This record gives sequence, structure tokens and C-alpha cells, in this order.
Amino acid sequence: MADTAVAIDHESHADAHHGPTGILKYVWSTDHKIIAMQYLFTGMFMAVIGGFMAYVFRMQLAFPGISVPGYGQVSPGEYNSLITNHGSIMIFWVAMPVLIAAFGNFLIPLMIGADDMVFPRINRLSYQIFLLSALILLASLFVAGGGFGGAWTSYPPLSAVGEYNQTNIGATMWLIAVALEFVAFLLGGINFIVTLMNSRAPGMKAYDIPLTAWMIVLASVLFMLSVGPLIAGAAMLLFDQTLGTGFFDPARGGDPILWQHLFWFFGHPEVYVVLLPAIGFTIDITSTFARKKVFGYKIMLYTAVATAVLSFFVWAHHQFVAGIDPRMANVFTITTLLISVPVGELLFVMIATLYGGAIRLAVPMLWALSFIAEFLIGGVTGIFLGASGADIYFHDTYFVLAHFHYTFFPIAIIGTFAAFTYWFPKMFGKMLDERLGKIHFWGTIIPFNFIFIPLFMLGGIGQHRRIYNFEHFPELAEPWMYNLRAIATISLVIMLLFQLVFFLNVIKSWIGGEKAGNNPWKANTLEWSTVSPPPHGNWAPADLPKVYRGPYEYGHPDREEDYWPQNEPD
Amino acid sequence: MIERYLVQASTFAGSIDGIIMLVFILVGFWLLVAEGVFFWLIWRFRARPGEKSQYLTGKEKHVKRWITIPHALVLVCDLFIIVGSIRVWYNVKQQLPEADSTVRIIGQQWAWTFQHPGPDNELDTPDDIFTVNDLHVEVDKTYHFRLESRDVLHSFSVPVFRLKQDAVPGRAITGWFQPNRVGEHDIQCAEICGIGHGVMAARIHIQDANQHAEWIAENSTSAAQ
Amino acid sequence: MSHAKPIATLRSATGIPTGRLAIWWVLASEVVIFGGLIGSYLLHRLGHPEWADAAAVTNTTIGAINTFVLLTSSFTAVLAHQAAEKGDGKTAAKYLLFTIGGALTFVCIKSYEWWSEISHGYTIASHTFWSFYYTMAGLHALHVIAGAIIMGVVALDAYRGRELHRVELIGIYWHFVDVVWIFLFPLLYIAK
Repeated sequence: MADTAVAIDHESHADAHHGPTGILKYVWSTDHKIIAMQYLFTGMFMAVIGGFMAYVFRMQLAFPGISVPGYGQVSPGEYNSLITNHGSIMIFWVAMPVLIAAFGNFLIPLMIGADDMVFPRINRLSYQIFLLSALILLASLFVAGGGFGGAWTSYPPLSAVGEYNQTNIGATMWLIAVALEFVAFLLGGINFIVTLMNSRAPGMKAYDIPLTAWMIVLASVLFMLSVGPLIAGAAMLLFDQTLGTGFFDPARGGDPILWQHLFWFFGHPEVYVVLLPAIGFTIDITSTFARKKVFGYKIMLYTAVATAVLSFFVWAHHQFVAGIDPRMANVFTITTLLISVPVGELLFVMIATLYGGAIRLAVPMLWALSFIAEFLIGGVTGIFLGASGADIYFHDTYFVLAHFHYTFFPIAIIGTFAAFTYWFPKMFGKMLDERLGKIHFWGTIIPFNFIFIPLFMLGGIGQHRRIYNFEHFPELAEPWMYNLRAIATISLVIMLLFQLVFFLNVIKSWIGGEKAGNNPWKANTLEWSTVSPPPHGNWAPADLPKVYRGPYEYGHPDREEDYWPQNEPD
Repeated sequence: MIERYLVQASTFAGSIDGIIMLVFILVGFWLLVAEGVFFWLIWRFRARPGEKSQYLTGKEKHVKRWITIPHALVLVCDLFIIVGSIRVWYNVKQQLPEADSTVRIIGQQWAWTFQHPGPDNELDTPDDIFTVNDLHVEVDKTYHFRLESRDVLHSFSVPVFRLKQDAVPGRAITGWFQPNRVGEHDIQCAEICGIGHGVMAARIHIQDANQHAEWIAENSTSAAQ
Repeated sequence: MSHAKPIATLRSATGIPTGRLAIWWVLASEVVIFGGLIGSYLLHRLGHPEWADAAAVTNTTIGAINTFVLLTSSFTAVLAHQAAEKGDGKTAAKYLLFTIGGALTFVCIKSYEWWSEISHGYTIASHTFWSFYYTMAGLHALHVIAGAIIMGVVALDAYRGRELHRVELIGIYWHFVDVVWIFLFPLLYIAK
């Protein structure tokens, strides 16, 4: 033990002599936990901006022509910029950095009993590139013409020609920001994948790895193997925008539909890139608070892989009416409907894990369970869109929008809150206030449903997307429709206001909350075997854990306790 | 279901509403069952003092059955939906019944131009009728449409027909419809096309034989001479 | 935050060295990027047989010389790896320098080739064939330049007897850059 003390002391001694001090220590840190925090706070900051954008354009939709408090009047061009950047920010600068980069960085080394990632400096570089991409995106909102207004899908020719989209500079900056974000995640992914493959604690076999870690790594693999064609496409679009090439210009032998294929070949796997980590969090949290072994660890793992593989073969369901060969649509309807089988399987396993449990409804568990309940709705509504015959009607309506919010919101928002409330004690060494947590939970979930159920209904009667004012469409301008729009908007405002409770809880708990021990949830995985928060190096070098069993040994009959940490010797 | 709020005005609108209803029933069933089981399990297995959780490895047949059977049933439901959907899709998008008349539809930033064939019922002849944002068709007649774009992607969408087709610059895309109900309804552009996307509203006028003949006579340029 | 290597880097649960795992994953993502670009080009080319007129202008001789240069540079990269395996950092650095020389030669020849084509009016925007030509070869050239820079850093370390395992890794990357060119050469210079 004395050796360990000397070793740690020597290390911090070395720090004092070799590293910068004060705030710069955090800017230049290569510690995976600091980098995780950087991603987390950047992502949450961007979420506030994306949420504000939603508030502005929903106010315009519910009360057309209104001077939106905190913004002013919304012009048609501004409306297009707001929806474009809302979508782009939420997917690329909130969901991905928080779910994958923040929690992946924080958890993976801890969950596998390692002291850091294998490439700490590449890790730091990935955050710096990510930060740069976020800054460029934000800067694009303030240039002449404003932020890009061609939708997050950026279809050419609208996105390729400044005269068409009237946001010439914004369009190019948006594209560069997205491309840089891709580079950042390619770099980050290498760290996650290689660290998980190689740096596991002695005794940790592949099936002893917690599903959260597996899912984040699978997501990274899926991302790395699917984003390539879109990077190629982005280069082509960039040249169309800036060099006068005609990759997507039919007058020059180009094809606008090519972009759509390149985009969605990535775009569809991308939704599973963000889904898998959320499922990982949900199953780990469910297991902990139901005190139950995961019902089918291997099933979940293989099904997740099957989902990822299948996700490469469904992309053109976004393009049924786009002008593709109609015969192709049949192929994609079949593959799309079949993917509901493995995704359903994942949900069934999570539900089955509750059977025979001793369920405690702590705040993280409330979030994890609500993920299942809400994502089920999102998932089944996707069937309406995967069925090509039905999609003829539903394409580009609010039905699509409500479907993907019933999937993305559980993924990005519920998943984040589940993971955050669960691992907050480990990250910050304090417990969050349960009562405030419950108020925040209900204040988020209930309004959420009242935002999007009206939008399903409006989509059902044919309301189409990306329209800033329905006054020109008599069949969409009935009073009862405006009432539904108002209900959705007011619910959004209420939901946004309840997020203040969350910030209040975080600040209050961080400053004066109850101190968290190593393992407040009595969980099994390795991150709970060290101090909260973990020191640099996570464990003293001599205390690095060894693994003796799988991560979900809850309720074991041979044990007095209902949990059995992975690092406890037999 | 949808027709309670939005009439069916084409011959295939009913079949599209039909596949939507099939999906609604099947997924509605599964949603209720899944959510029901889910909430029941939360209530049934809530933590009670003195009761420990069960240790289930996932290989126990009596619990595994609850996953493998729904698994198989979901697959069967999927097959029903696939077959139903392909039939609708084939009818609307793959086959082309013989046309009584053809119209050309041109989308641009930010208006729809409709080229009607005029009294000779042939496109690209001097008696053609060009309108902006007003499409006139006759009820119970089969129409082909040739959809084009002058600049960016647009999408010709008629909710009462349940019809939608993207317009791609550099291409002329052919489709069909047969209106079966007289009336005046919205035409939308269903693909974001710039800042005027929201004002690309048009109207379709489905007229009976007499009204339509009258309209042609009044508007055809050669007739006006 | 000392920059001492984490203990995590010393482990190898798969038995494969960490650096080699990393470089193969990098190559996997690069394959998809170039695959997307090349695939798009193939689809366009097959749909536009008249592009053969534009393609006829590319200089097959220069393309062949560049192919030879790259292949030779891959050979010297292999020799560098062999030396590194034996622990001979100085020889490894020497062969890496030859490889970098090959890279610079490639870039110089390409610069001359492009300058010549551009001054004849074959710019990136003149015809979509040329758009693909410059984009594909340009992306490839960027990878050549980036690779050469990284190789320079590795060579410097190797000369000082440090991080010799990286000689193999940069060599693997270099072979990939070579393979991409092996695809581009027939597509842009031979298929006319």
C-alpha cells in the first residue's frame, strides 16, 4: 500500500512539474473523464440552442405572424433556417456528443477497468475538432443571409445553388461544420473500439462487458462504416456550392437523386448509431433497479448486431416517392418492415428483464422505463412509413415528424436524462435530489406527449412539413387545426420551463448535495468499484480491478446480497 | 378513419386508407399488448420488503416463450402488411392504366404551372390551356400526369387523392390518378424548395362532364378566337 | 495530466497490438469514403457513355509513371518495416525517407499533370467527368500528403530508435493509399 501511495504521489508530483495549472489544465487535459465533461457540456449547451429554435418556430406555427417573445417576427427564410438548424443541432451536436462521446468517454475505460483510453491525445484532438465544428455551425447563423435553410437533409439542387436557397454562405459553413463533426467522431470512434477490444481488465471476457459499453462501441463501428459515402457526397456538394461543379446538376450530367442515396445510406444507420447507446443505458439501468440479470445478454448483443447490419439495407424508404425506380420500393418495404423484428426483440428483452424483479422506481429508473414506453410508440408508428403504400400519403407530413420525435426524443433526451441521473453520483461525487428529479421527470414526459400526439393527428389529415404558415391551404387552416398547433406549442413551452428544475437540481446538488459513496445504487459494474468521482487514473495502479463474473449477477440464489460486483473475488 | 376528416376523391384513395387501417389495427394491437404487459410487470414486480428478485438466465423456457412467440407473430403481421402494401404500391406507382387525358405539371420556385390538353385532348398543341396554381380535371376520367421541375426538387401532393410524387429537375416523371368525387381541394408542394415553399399552394377543381367541357371551351386559346 | 502512457495501452486482450487494430479501423472507414466516391463515379460513367470523349484526354503515360512511383514507394515502405522488425531504426528511417521521396515525386508529377490539363481548359467545373477526376485524385493526393507528413514524424522517431512499431503501421496506411490509386488508375486513365 505504501508503494501505491508513493506511486500516486510521484504522479501528481510529475503533474505539478510538467502540466499547465488552473483552467488550462482542463483545456489541455487528455483524461477521458475531462474530455467526457467537455463533450457533455458542449452538447447540453447546443441542446438549449436547439430547443430555443424549436420554441421560436412552433410559436410562429401556432400563432402565425406573432412577434415571438425573445426573438421577434419570423420571416419565411428565417423559418427555414430555424428548422434546418434545429434538426442538425439535435442530431449532430446534441445526440451524438452526449450519448456517444460524453458517456462513451466517461464510462468505457471505467467499465472495463482501464485507467484511460488507448489514444488520449487523439481523444483530445477529437473534442477540439468537434468544438470547432460547433463554433462554425453557430457562426453560420450570423452571416449574411443567415443560417442554412435547406433542411437538415440538404437536398440539391436547393442546397447546391445559393440563388435557390438564399443562404449561400450559411449553406457552405453548415456543410463544413457537419463534415468536421464527422471527422471528430471517426477519430473518437477509433479510441472506443480499440480500447474496448484490447484494454479490458484481466478476466473480463467478451460476454462480461456491460451492454452500455458494447452498444457504444457497436454504434461507433456502425458510424464508421456508414458515414463514408456521405463524406464523399459532402465533398461533391461543397464543390457544387463553391467551385461550380455539377455533380448534382442535371443540366451538367449530374443527378440530384444521387445525393439522396448517399445521404440516406448513412442517414438510416445513423438513427441506430444513436439508438444503440440509449438502449445500452436503458438495459443497464433497468437491470440495476429491477435487481435482475438481463434477460438474454447474448440475444441483446447479437440482435443489436443484426439490427446494425440490416440498417444498411433499408435506406430508400426515405425515398419511396422521390423518383426512384418504383420496383425498388418493394425491396425496401420488405427490408424495412423486417427490421422491426430485431428492434422489437430488443424491446421485448428489456421488458422481460422486469419479470421476477424487485423494481425500485428511483429517478434513473423512471427515465429508463419511460424510454421503453415512449420508444414503443415511435417504433410502431414507423411501420406506417415503411409500408410503401401508406407512405405515398404520409411522406413529408407531420406524421413522419411525430414518428421521428417519438423515437429521437426517447433516444436523445430521455436516454440522456436516464444516463445522467444514474451516473451523476459517479461523475460528481454527489447525489441528485430525488424529489426535484421526479418533478423534472413528470414535467418533461407529460408535456412531451401533448406536443407530438396533436402532430400525429395533423399529419393524419395531410399537414405537410417545413411550411411556415398554413394560411394558404384552406384544408389546413380550420380553427380546430390551429387549436391542435397551439396545444402542441404550449406543451413545448411548459416542457422547456420544467428543464429549469433540472438545472436547479444539478447546481444545488453539485454545490451542497449529499455525498455519494462508491456505489450508491449497489450495482455490479466496475465503475462503481472506485471513488466518486474517480481520480486521474481511475484506480491506484495496484488496485486496477480483476474480473470474476458477468456484469448482471443480481438476485443470485447463493448470495445474501442481491448483487455481486464483477471485481469481487469468488 | 382519415376519411372522416379528409374526403377520398380518387379511385385509389380508398385502398391507401385501407392499408393505413390495416397497419393501424395490427400495430395498435401490439402497442396495447406491449404497453399493457410492460406496465403490469412494473406493478406486479415492484420492490416489496423481504422479497428478493429472481435469478433468471434467459434460458428458462417458460419465460423465453413470451419472447419467441410474439417474435413469430410480429413476423406474420409484417408479412400481411408487406403483401397489402405492395399491392397498393403496384396499383398506384408501378402500373399505368390507359389514359383518357394527360396533363403536364411543372413546378418551380414558387408556383405550379398546369398544361391541360385542350379540346383536341392532345398535349403540346396550340389549343392547350395553361394555368397557374389551378388544375382542372373531369370526374371519373383517368389522367396521366407528366411531372417536371424548372429548378429544384418539388413534390406534387394532393391529399384528397392520397397522392404524392416528387418532381425532379431534368426528368419528366409519369403517374396517374382517377378522380371520383366532384369538388375543389388543396394541392401542396411536399418538398422544401426555398423560402416560398409555403406559398406554393394550388387548387384542384374536379368538375363533372358539363362543367369541365364549359371550362375548356372558355379557356382554350383557339376556341377564344 | 501527465502524458505518460496509460496502463490501458499495455494491455492486449485480443492479442493483436493496439496500434495495428487502430490502423485497420481507420482503413475500414477510409474504404467506405473512397468507395462512396468511386461508386458514385462508376454509376455516372455507366450512365453517360459520352463521357469517354472527356476521359480520352487524360495522360495514360503520366498515370503509369505515377503508378510505378507509388508501387516503388510501397516497396521501400516494406523494407523500412523489415529493418524496424530487426530493431534497426536508422535503416528504417532511411527507407521511410525514400518512401516520402516517392510521395513527393508523385505529388510533383501530378502537379505538372494538373497544371497542364488546367491550362488546356480542363478545369474541375468544365465537365462532370473532370469534376470527378479532380475530386477523386485530389482526395487521394491529400491522403498521400498527410501520409507523408506523418511518415516524416515516424521516421524521425525511428532514427532515434523510438516507437519502431509505428513503422509497420504507417506502412499499412501507405499500402492502402497505394491500393486506392490502383483502383483510380484504370478508372481514370485506362477506361476510355
